[in-house]
Amino acid sequence: MAQTVLFWALAVAAVASAVAVVTMRNILRAAVMLAVSFLAVAGLFVLLNADFLAVVQVLIYVGAVSVLLVFAVLLTGDAQAGSASNRLRVPGAMLSVLLLAALGAVALRTDWALLEGVAPGTFALVQEVLTETPQQLADLLLSNWSLPFEVASVLLLAAIVGALVLVRERHP
Amino acid sequence: MSLQNFMLLSAVLFSVGLYGVLTRRNAIAVLMSIELMFSAVNVAAVAFSRYATPSALRVDPATVAEGAVQQVLTGQVFALFIITVAAAEAALGLAIIIAVYRSRGTVDVTQVNLMKR
Repeated sequence: MAQTVLFWALAVAAVASAVAVVTMRNILRAAVMLAVSFLAVAGLFVLLNADFLAVVQVLIYVGAVSVLLVFAVLLTGDAQAGSASNRLRVPGAMLSVLLLAALGAVALRTDWALLEGVAPGTFALVQEVLTETPQQLADLLLSNWSLPFEVASVLLLAAIVGALVLVRERHP
Repeated sequence: MSLQNFMLLSAVLFSVGLYGVLTRRNAIAVLMSIELMFSAVNVAAVAFSRYATPSALRVDPATVAEGAVQQVLTGQVFALFIITVAAAEAALGLAIIIAVYRSRGTVDVTQVNLMKR
């Protein structure tokens, strides 16, 4: 019961702040709203027994990406000019509503009960399996998913070098 | 709180993000909307891994079967990689935006039209 109330509160917070991100003219306020949305999603991760992911979400998205976005806003100096919408507002809204209708129809018409456990009690059992998510995730990442893990580190290195090269001041 | 609710929430977040990508003028706001879409996908992946009962568990509901943890956590591993890629994308995207601002003096995506002329 408490979980249901918490879910709806977090879902409303996530969607409301997401709508604020795409409609606010002041881009600094939009960045703050984005951080609120990320926090709400982190709360949803806790509800889904993904506690490690929730911490990662707060550290990386709220702590790093949002701050990076604010820095970029300050560096480009367009904070006062705001972020008006372009001529695509009406077609964009129509396309988004169409996509929402399609995804919503799939979500409403699919028989999720088939996925949610044929045998009784399995939903609670999943919660029992997920006892120490950080250790279990570490075991999986370094055994089963070790190749994507290494590729991700190479990707991050490439991103660091690429970002440095792109923003470096050139002195001829 | 069921899988259906999480799927609907994910769909709404993704559509809102798509609207932002299509209609924002400021390139940084476009990047923010892309991050929203990423987090919508993360919610869907984690919700699936939480609710979809893996076959390893379904064999015998009383005990935890071998390899069950691996199947239960697959969605979370996916979400972890998505977060990694999103962080790299944010860093590179902002670097590109700053480089564009230096050469063109604007971050308005409708003004960056060198290849159109």
